[in-house]
Formats: sequence, C-alpha cells, structure tokens
Amino acid sequence: MRIPCPCCGERDLGEFTYGGDATISRPAMDETDLNLWNHFVYNRENPRGPHLEYWQHTGGCRAWFKLQRNVLTHEVGASELVGPWAAASPDDETTGQREIAE
Amino acid sequence: MSGYRLNSGGLVDRTKRLNFTFDGKSYSGFEGDTLASALLANGVSLFGRSFKYHRPRGVYSAGPEEPNALVTLRSGGRAEPNTKATVIELYEGLEAQSQNCWPSLEHDLLSINQLGGPMLVAGFYYKTFMGPTRKAWMFYEHFIRKAAGLGAAAKEADPDRYEKSNLFCDVLVVGAGPSGLAAALTAARSGARVVLADENPEAGGALLGESQDTIDGQPAQDWVAKTLAELTALPDVTFMPRTTVYGYYDHNILGAVERVADHLATPVNHQPRQKHWTIRCASVVIATGAIERPIVFDGNDTPGVMLADATRRFAQRQGVAVGRQAVVFTNNDSAYRAALDLKDAGVDIAAIVDPRNTIPDALTEAVQTRGIRLLSGHVVTGAKGGKRLKTVEVATFDAGSQSVGESKEWIAADTLAVSGGWTPTIHLASQAGDKPVFDDKIASFVPGKALQAWRAVGACNGDFGLADCLSAGSKAGAGAVEDAGFTSEATPTPDVAVPAHAGSGGSLYPIWEISRPSGPKGKKFVDLQHDVTAEDVRLAQREGFESVEHLKRYTTLGMAADQGKTSNVNGLALMAAALERSIPEVGTTRFRPPYTPVTLGALGGRETGHHLAPVRRTPMHDWHVKAGADMLTAGQWMRPQVYRKAGEDVFAAYVREAKAVREGVGMVDVSTLGKIAVQGPDAQNFLNLVYSNGFKTLAVGKARYGLMLREDGFVYDDGTTWRLGETEYLMTTTTANAAGVLAHLEFLLATVWPELRVQVTSVTEQWAGVAVAGPKSRATLESVIKDLDLSNEGVPFMGVQPGTLDGIPVLVARLSFSGEMAFEVYTGANYGAALWDKLMAAGEAFGLVPYGTEALGTLRIEKGHVAGPELDGRTTAKDLGLGGMASRKKHYIGRPLMEREALNEDNRLGLVGVISSNGKPLRAGSHLVAGQTAEQPGKSLGHVSSTTYSPAIDKFVALAMLEGGLEPNENRELFAADPLRGGHDPVQVVHPCFFDKDGSRMHV
Repeated sequence: MRIPCPCCGERDLGEFTYGGDATISRPAMDETDLNLWNHFVYNRENPRGPHLEYWQHTGGCRAWFKLQRNVLTHEVGASELVGPWAAASPDDETTGQREIAE
Repeated sequence: MSGYRLNSGGLVDRTKRLNFTFDGKSYSGFEGDTLASALLANGVSLFGRSFKYHRPRGVYSAGPEEPNALVTLRSGGRAEPNTKATVIELYEGLEAQSQNCWPSLEHDLLSINQLGGPMLVAGFYYKTFMGPTRKAWMFYEHFIRKAAGLGAAAKEADPDRYEKSNLFCDVLVVGAGPSGLAAALTAARSGARVVLADENPEAGGALLGESQDTIDGQPAQDWVAKTLAELTALPDVTFMPRTTVYGYYDHNILGAVERVADHLATPVNHQPRQKHWTIRCASVVIATGAIERPIVFDGNDTPGVMLADATRRFAQRQGVAVGRQAVVFTNNDSAYRAALDLKDAGVDIAAIVDPRNTIPDALTEAVQTRGIRLLSGHVVTGAKGGKRLKTVEVATFDAGSQSVGESKEWIAADTLAVSGGWTPTIHLASQAGDKPVFDDKIASFVPGKALQAWRAVGACNGDFGLADCLSAGSKAGAGAVEDAGFTSEATPTPDVAVPAHAGSGGSLYPIWEISRPSGPKGKKFVDLQHDVTAEDVRLAQREGFESVEHLKRYTTLGMAADQGKTSNVNGLALMAAALERSIPEVGTTRFRPPYTPVTLGALGGRETGHHLAPVRRTPMHDWHVKAGADMLTAGQWMRPQVYRKAGEDVFAAYVREAKAVREGVGMVDVSTLGKIAVQGPDAQNFLNLVYSNGFKTLAVGKARYGLMLREDGFVYDDGTTWRLGETEYLMTTTTANAAGVLAHLEFLLATVWPELRVQVTSVTEQWAGVAVAGPKSRATLESVIKDLDLSNEGVPFMGVQPGTLDGIPVLVARLSFSGEMAFEVYTGANYGAALWDKLMAAGEAFGLVPYGTEALGTLRIEKGHVAGPELDGRTTAKDLGLGGMASRKKHYIGRPLMEREALNEDNRLGLVGVISSNGKPLRAGSHLVAGQTAEQPGKSLGHVSSTTYSPAIDKFVALAMLEGGLEPNENRELFAADPLRGGHDPVQVVHPCFFDKDGSRMHV
C-alpha cells in the first residue's frame, strides 16, 4: 500500500503508523458526561467502504494527517494535514503556528 | 526403466555432461536439463511417495504445476524441501532426495496406508480423534504427523544470503511467452520503463524449443531471440528470467522472487541465493499462460501417467522421450500435437483415445498418415502398473448419453499422456480482480473484471492460438503504456504459420471423471499432491460441505503446496456433478498469494540474526563490554545486566552491586531512558494537560515526577520532567515507551490543541546519563564538580543544576530511583564515554561500583517503585498506590474515565509487596492464591509482577498486584502458585516499600 503524505508525497506504507478513526470528535476537556467520553474512547463504527483515518508519517516528517481510505478495496484517497500548519500553504512562511496563536 | 534420451533435439548442450545424485545414486544429464528431464532420460520413473497413502508417484508435468515429483534439494543447511523436480535446473554435483518414504522410495512400509484406503477419507482424523477419543489424538499425533506429509525443513541455519530490493516501472509484463513478448515489445517501443519477468531461465514460454511454428516466415525461436534482443538493447527495459511474480497486492504493488543462484550448487561470491523484489508499477500485463488439466480415472496417479503437453515439452526442450510406448487420452485437439511429435521422435504411440466422435480432418489425416490407431468415441477407464504404468484399460464411450460401455480392451503402454483441456493461470488476475468468469468454450475460468490496472492476455485469458496471443499481447502492451501516460504506435501483427495438426485446446468435449459401469472401483485422484479422491469430493457433498470454501477445507483439495494448479477445476466439476448444478453455480475460490511457494529466506532478506532489528548502544557501551558486563537487550537497547567478577554468578554479582549502592556508592548507565525536549511558550500548559499531576508550580531548576494516563484512564507511562528554562523542559519516559509517548504528544498537539505553541523533539540519543547513587554519591561528585554547590541548598532534592565535571558540561539532577541519596548526571552523547571514565576515576577513592539493570531492579523493588511489569496497561494510578498524585484541580488526559466507578472499586488489584515465607525465590507470573496445596490452589487473587532477592532485608521479595490492594490483606499469608513451572510457596503480604519507608536516606 502507498500513502500520500501531505508534506512528502506518496510513500510506502512501512513509513507510516495508523492512528485511529478520524471521524470521532473528542469531548471538550471540561466535559463531565461520561457517556460522551465512553463513546470517544470505545465506540467505533466498522464501515464497509470509505473511511477517514488518522495516520502519522513516523518514518518521515512525523506529520499527523487525515487520510481517506476505503477499507473494503484499500483504495487510498486524499490526505489532509492536521495541526497548526493545516491551513498554511507550503510557500507561505508567515502563516502557521505562530499566527494561529496570536 | 523406459524413459530415454532422444538422439537429437532439445535445447540441452550435449557436450556439457553434468553429474548428480538422486537418493544417493549417481546419474548424469546435460546442461539445460531439469532434474525431472535428467532422471527421465536415465529411465527413472519413480520420484516420490504420495502424501496420505504413500502411493508411488512419478513426474506428472513439466512445469511449476507439478503435484508429484517433489524432492528435497541439496543437503545440510542448504536443504530445501518440496522443490519441484520439473523446475530444478540441473547443475554439476546436484543432490536430491525423495520424500515421504521409509525406509526407501522403492520399499516404503507406509504404503500399507493404501490398503486402509476407505479409512483415510476426508475428515478421517477429525472424525476419529476429535470426538470422545480426543485423548487418543494426543498419543497418535506424533506418529500420524510423521506418516503424513512432504519434506522436512532443514534444521541447520542456511549459510546463503538472501536480499530484498525494490523496482519501479511503468509496465510490468508477467510471462515471457509469445503474448508477453509481444506486449513488452509494443510497450517498450513507446519509451516506457518496462520490466519483463519470467519464471523460466529463458524467454519463450510455449515457443521454447518449438521447431515447427513460424512467425513472419522465420522459425518461432528466432522471433523470440530477435524480440528479446530488441528489448534488452533498450535502456529502459529489464528482462528478469528465473523470476516468479507470485503476488499482486494493493496499489499495483507486486511481489517477485528472483532465483539468482538456485541453478548453482552454491552462489558465486557476493551473490545472494534469491532476491525478493517489491515491484511498483503503473500497469501490469498478465501473460502467465495456461496449465493442462488431468482427467480423473482409476489409477490416474500411476507413474507414467502424465499431462500430454509435458511429454511434448520434455522432447522439445530437453530431447527426452518419457517412455517407449504411449497411449494418448484427450478430450480436445491440443494433445494430438503431442502424440504426433512423439511419434515423429520415435516413440511408439499405441493409441489415441478420444471421447469425441467427430475429430477435425486435419488431425485424423495426420494420425492416419503416421499409422497411429485412433480410438474416437472411447475413454480410458483405468491405468495399472504399480511403480510404472504397464497397461491402460480402454472402453467405448457414448457422448450422447455420457455413458461408458461394458466392452473393454487392455493396451500395453509405459506412458499415458492425458489432456482434459487447459486451465488459464489466473492466479495474479484473481488476486487483483473480481471473481473469475467461467468460459464454456474452454470449460474453465478466465480472469474477471480487473480491480487494478492490469490486462490478462493470451492463454491466461483463454486464447490458445499463437496468432491470437501475438495480436492480443501487442494490444495489451499498447493499452498498458497508455495507462502509464505514454503514446504507443501500432505494431504490425506478425504473420503466423503453424502446422495443420497444431490443434487448439479450446475445441474440447468437457469430461471430468471416467467411471466404469461395473467392476473394480479403485482410487481416482483429483488432487494428486494431497491425495484427495473423487470419492472424497462426493463424501464432502453428502456430509453437507457443498460450498467450494467448505469443500476445500474439508477435503484439503487445492490446499497443498501446488495450490491445486492441476486439481481445482476438476474438483469444482465433480462437486457440480454431485450437486447437479453447473460449475459457475458452484463457483470458485479466490487465489491467494503466493502463486508458487516463496522461501522465508527471500521474505526475510538480510534481516536475520542480529540484523533482524537495529541494535542501539549507549555512548558507554564499549566500556561495559570491556568491563566484562553481561549485556542484555531491553527492546533494541543493549544494557549491562551485571558486572560479574571472577567466580561470581549473576545472583552474587547483583547482590554485591546493590549492597554497594546502599552502603557506599554505585553508578549505572541510564542513557536509554526516553528523553523528549518540550519547548515553547505553552510548554507548561501542555505538560499540565498530559500529566495527571500538576506542573503549573514547577520552578526553573526543578524536576517533578509525572504520571501520564491514556484517554481511557489507565496509566500509560511515568518519568521525571525537568524545567531547564522558562519555556524549556526535558521530559524523561520509560525506555520502552519513548517512541510511543512522543507520537502521543505529537498527536495531541496536532489534533487536540493545535493552538498551543509547543514543539516536542526526541532527544533520547542526544543525551548520555549516569545515575550516581549511595550515601557517598555527593562526596564522589564533589571531588570532580567544582563549580556547583551540591549541598541540599545548592542542589536540593528534585533540583536540576548545570555545572562542569572536570571540563565536561553536565546537568546534575538530584533524583533517586534507588531510595538512596542520588544524582543523575547528564551530558551530551559525545561526552558520555568521557563522563563515565571520569566518574569511575573519581569514585575510586570512595569505593564506587558500577551496577547493571539487575541491581537497578533490586533497588527499585526494595523501594516499591513501579516499572514496566506494573505499568502493564491494566493498572490505574489508584491501583499503584499513586492515586493521591492525580490532581483534583485541573483537566488532564484520562481524568474523566479514570474517575468512572468501575476503576475505583475496592476489589481491584492493587500494588502490594510480598515476602517469601520459606526463603525460596519467587517467580514473576506466579498467581497469588489462598489454597494451601498446589492441587487445590483456589481462585487467583492476583499475580506477582517483579521479583528479587533483597539484600537490604535479606529476603526474597516481590511486588505483586492483589485483589483489594494492601489494606485488607496486610500481613496475610498467601501462596505464590506457579503451576506451569511447578511451585506453590507461602508468602506474606506487606507494604510494597520494603526499605526506608520514610525516605530519610534520600533526603540526607
């Protein structure tokens, strides 16, 4: 399998680590409803077809990103960077982490 | 003794004689022979014994589909079991052994298994041993395993080297027969990067050794040579002979094995024996040809019965006649060519038996011209001969009623060439495609819809004619390069001429199994390699195993090393007949990789022995080795276990080392601890969120122990984090979790708090660390660190200060894992060895002793500090007695679920200490039970996690996880039960801290 890293381009599966279901949203830190936490930690759909997943380019740039992958056909679609640089264009050095903080 | 070398013909070099042995007996052959052809030329007909019944078996085919002639090639560490004699290239000094026979191939005692025939039917072992007699299986298994089976794996290490490599191309063509060559040529002319792989040592496929067909007016072999020459002259074309593409994986990635040196006794210098290729390509042309199919009849496994085309190939390629008198049994036109060619080569063809009544004129004429007896409307009902075919039983056949007549004739023959049609080699297409489609014309499956970028052509696609193969190949080559973004020019279709009697395999009358209307009912084999008979298939159907998947598993049809290359379609046809359905209704199983067996050596490549995983060494590694330390691996790290002195065992050494720390001073290499630089204006906030205890109040120059939880509330990792500056922290993790913690932190910064201005970086290998521990540790350090006040005021407990140790810049942290006054001294990795040397020298005056991981463990167990065995992913902070650390004032990872009811129940396993009551050592993994005897231990109340002898209290002690924890159990007498290794010893439950509970020693 080959995976497109949003920073490095297409690379072999061996360079990546799977990071779980990316459709699950994390409750806010001050959330007190245990059902929501339980859902966040334990409940996963097992879709037969397209899926959105977290992957990390552990053997490369170490970026975390979301990847569209069809778990039935193993077809890999688009990947999207997550994190402070997610919105930054590769050529624009002024955007990114620092600006988000200000 | 009936096969022989023809006076002429074949591609062998008759000037190069090669000597070899089979079962210790010497023979000779020629360069260009396979082991099978050379043995046949020497008159050998018996090659092995069958899997279940130990029946004598000979060569059945001339290629990779061979189900019978499996041998163990080479000897010692190079021995390779279950290699097919039909694909082993002969070399000088080759050694081969037959398999599954005892005491010898000729006289195999276990051949009595065939007398018990009705017993060893499908499901025999299961029915016999898995019911109430299950205990009997335990007894018989050993003997049964010995009796059934194929070759034995070598017990010695393989001395040869295997390699792995990657290959990238635009178009991969699998198979260098006429279709593959035509495809490769068209693709290559467009300028694309083309790889052409073939499992044979030479290109040509069905045209190898072909002497009659012509292409564009020249002999087909010349066309092969010319095409290959044009291809290999192009810079972007790679021809890979002896390379089997065995698997088609996702994203057009294919696995291939190149047998670089399997045709040699030993690989030449610097060459691997085999090389595994991972091929990534834009498009694939599958031109893998077709495999001839047997027909099922009584005695169809007798040595001398073989596929019709194989008899022709042995003559064509190696100039070997497989016998002197042959009967040809075919239901299609293709086998006539074999019969006629054999006749022309001087083999007596006793008869051609064909169930069809109408046979094309061209064939009947050619047969008559040569004076061969043609029995149309006849079938072969049986073959007899024991170790070599002697007679063939023939009866009339009525195609209309599909019935076999009563009248019989016995024809003497030593060879029975059989053709039941052709089965396309759709393995790769099936792996990367939709379900195969049944083609009535050839009575077999052809590739289904492509689910990846491939095209199947030629015989693999059900096209058996040479002209069709060439034009389809060329077209597929053009399509493939267009997929890869090239434009191709049409290649003119060559003009093909084949003899009139070269019939196609397509014109067949489907007949699968021949049953005598009366008389003996002998064994009729469907799967020769696994000894599955036609009766087994019907038994499966009668017992309800009707689906193809059940049929396969119940009878093991198609599950042998040959993956049913010659048996699958016949098996399906018999099941269809039993169910009175059509073959497509019965369906077929999907082929899985590999197409032919792949050695583990090729898959492992260079990653064997100590190359299996990287070895990590600390900067002080060489010192430890020179000092004679016993080095142990901890994950990938090498760590000193103990520094044994002369006459000491491990126990004596670690006890001495641990005592030295408690009484004087010792030091240990702690460079392997995971270290993560946490930097940025929001670093403090971040640490406060990822640790369960507070980090807001940690001042610059101080360290704090932190407990990290997972989202589910269980403990993940622990370690100290040092505040080196306003926005700079150094986090330490356990050695084992270093990589995991880093990825966890990166994930949180990317997905949960992208707004935090924090950078995390692994600096594990940038720092070297030494823990100096013991009452004399301060004095030792004071003698070499002059610019730092090491008193309680200068470096208080949990203080971190930079200083200089005899010229080396260091960070000194007052931390203690041992419970003694202790300092951790860190420096840049390049200074590590020098730091260690200087500390050893400085310590000499104070009696400093280096200690290893064993004493490190002893000291921490004595103090009740948890480590890996306790942080096993099933424990909460409360379970470990660290519940008080968890902050109530802040939100942090894992808090909500840590607070759920079930994780706070009183009967959870909690950390306790246990002391052996009878002075025997305790073993980790033992269960704590209340029962007094090993026979009646009662239920498990918990388990022992870390054990040691404690020099401080002179007892064998352990940390354990016990139901209810310490409070209800303190001073209770329990037993450490270890039924697996044998042991049931009394222990006393105590506080997990065995020594210096108030911590006065480390606060000195």
